[in-house]
Amino acid sequence: MIFNFIFGRKQKPQREASALADLEVGDHAIVGEMKMAPSLAEHLMNLGLVPGLEVTVARACPGGDPRIYRVEGTEIAMRRDLSSRIQVQLVGAPAFGD
Amino acid sequence: MTCHPVARPEEEAATAVRTVAVVGPPNSGKTTLFNRLTGLRQRVGNFPGVTVEHHIGYIRDAAGDEVRLVDLPGVYSLNPKSEDERVAVDVLHGQMADIGQPDAVLLVLNSNNLGSHLVLAARVIALGVPTLVLLNMADELREQGGHIDVLSLAKQLGTPVALVSAVTGEGLFAVRNFLSSTAPAPEPLELPVVGNTRITREWATRVGEKAKYRRPATPVWTRRLDAIFLHRIWGPVIFAAVVIAVFQTIFAVGQPLSNLLQRALDSTGVRLGSVLSDGYLRSLVINGVWKGTGSVLVFLPQILLLFLVIGILEDSGYLARAAIIADKTMSRVGLNGKSFIPLLSAYACAVPAIMATRTIESKRDRIATILIAPFMTCSARLPVYTMVIAAFLPNRPLLGPFLGTRALAMLGLYVLGFLMAVTTAKLLNSTILRSKDTPFVLEMPPYRWPRPVSLGLRLVDRGKAFLYRAGTVIMLVSLLLWAATNFPMHNGQPPAVQDSVVASVGHSIEPVIRPLGFDWKIGVGLLTSIAAREVIIATLGTLHGVDPESHAADLQAALRHELSPAAAVALLVFFAFAMQCMSTIAVVRRETNGWKWPAIQFTYMTLVAYISAYAAYHVTERIIG
Repeated sequence: MIFNFIFGRKQKPQREASALADLEVGDHAIVGEMKMAPSLAEHLMNLGLVPGLEVTVARACPGGDPRIYRVEGTEIAMRRDLSSRIQVQLVGAPAFGD
Repeated sequence: MTCHPVARPEEEAATAVRTVAVVGPPNSGKTTLFNRLTGLRQRVGNFPGVTVEHHIGYIRDAAGDEVRLVDLPGVYSLNPKSEDERVAVDVLHGQMADIGQPDAVLLVLNSNNLGSHLVLAARVIALGVPTLVLLNMADELREQGGHIDVLSLAKQLGTPVALVSAVTGEGLFAVRNFLSSTAPAPEPLELPVVGNTRITREWATRVGEKAKYRRPATPVWTRRLDAIFLHRIWGPVIFAAVVIAVFQTIFAVGQPLSNLLQRALDSTGVRLGSVLSDGYLRSLVINGVWKGTGSVLVFLPQILLLFLVIGILEDSGYLARAAIIADKTMSRVGLNGKSFIPLLSAYACAVPAIMATRTIESKRDRIATILIAPFMTCSARLPVYTMVIAAFLPNRPLLGPFLGTRALAMLGLYVLGFLMAVTTAKLLNSTILRSKDTPFVLEMPPYRWPRPVSLGLRLVDRGKAFLYRAGTVIMLVSLLLWAATNFPMHNGQPPAVQDSVVASVGHSIEPVIRPLGFDWKIGVGLLTSIAAREVIIATLGTLHGVDPESHAADLQAALRHELSPAAAVALLVFFAFAMQCMSTIAVVRRETNGWKWPAIQFTYMTLVAYISAYAAYHVTERIIG
């Protein structure tokens, strides 16, 4: 509920669940389950990547890996081996200005 | 205290310097704030038993009393799993012996990222120590259209809160006021159950909402610059240009500066020597103390230059981009992109390179990078390679004027060092330092202008750290080596090298190095080259009675007489792999805060060098016949 408040924008109906690594650059999604050691998930959460928050695929490096993800005020780079273990619910494709 | 001449011990204890811990996540501008508050009134230290470094600085509060500030490592949480966080927790609980229970806490948060950073605030406030929450980067918050109701936040957290900017100095009077007041322990309205990050984060969002927190937009410049610096084509091109510039700076500027300094020190030594009368005192002062000082100082230009360049890259935000561009390549050997620039600098000299590993957040990757850096062909190996190759390999053109036999041999030695570094990295990855457990995650800071003051303070800090902590070890070894070459006395005079302690050690290790084709003279050279690799040339010159500078050809002839071609190959291979450098050992000890890693590294590299040289000797002998 509180998260609806932060993400003021209207959310499209959730289309599908997939891994963060499978999203395209510009996609928005809601962070879901993290399939990894609790200490590692904890580290990602401390960096700002918390289940329930919206994440955007901001940019890919030359070569495609790692990629930069934006969550609220933070940009985090991680490799595919990690982002493929984070489940997400797709919210939307790139909007104008993103 | 001149105003209280009869102060009793109890009273002194009451007015004793208070200790305040500075806590905050990485990228909160905590160090900038600490520097802003303390300036040059700070010193660096290591906590016992860990690689974690801390800074202690002094400031005066609003009442004019001295307060001791302890800058803790940047932490995201107080979960004592990582070394950094364990240290922070220990200090905050008053369990760090040198520091004691802190009287108060300055909690530095990035006001551009409060959603995340308030999670740390919950954990720190729950400790019950009087806390001042500093929302740093207030200028950026304002300029980027963000907002926060400080009073509401203070009420909810139960602590004073101040919007500040470490860069402009805005709002920092609040720190001095806070320090002079006897602030009560915080009484927050509502704190989440500490321990569950997700719930704490939801609490943080609620607190932010109530305080009408509006997060600023990502700076437009950061997005625009990332579009260029991480562009499919321009990204790698700019990366290559930056890397070449870094390399050129330390090689083409730092190296000549070091040489210039060396020559200046040498000529001063000669002038100093002419004042003293011949004998032991002069030898001790000139060849022991002065040379030892020189071998410490000579690293300074390269260290300072490298830290200047890296400082600019780091503060501007480009270092993080360079790291993710280099990451794909580095991940193949189990390292991450942040190891790239330190390893590259190791081609000039391992000493500044090992100090530069400080930019690597992951402890595991940092140790791995330190362990493989000395395999890179540093500039001190070049004179040795040049001499041995010139003595044994006639120069014949292979590819017209572009590549001769000698250049090819030199290139081969570079490749050899690189391959051993890669092999070692892979070996570490599958044995003592597995990378699987700590995947690569990097927070990308926005682009900012580097500030000269902050760069300058870092140079002073690194320079001091090297001189005090590594310099003393280098000095000690220099004096030991001097003693070994100047004892036992003969009629009150230093002995000839062949009669000295070092020569007898050389003789005694001859059975060990004989299988590599080396005699005792090479053995002495191997011992003295621990001071610095190129010293072996001067030592061999002395042992053969030849001045290596004016009579290089004679020394080469003597070498040909002393070594078989197979033994020469073995010597080159040994120098490619062995950790023949006390400065590297000293700096590894300083950076890892203990003798464990340098001991492991020295043993490993010496073993690799010995076995490879043995193999090279026998294979070459078989081939040449």
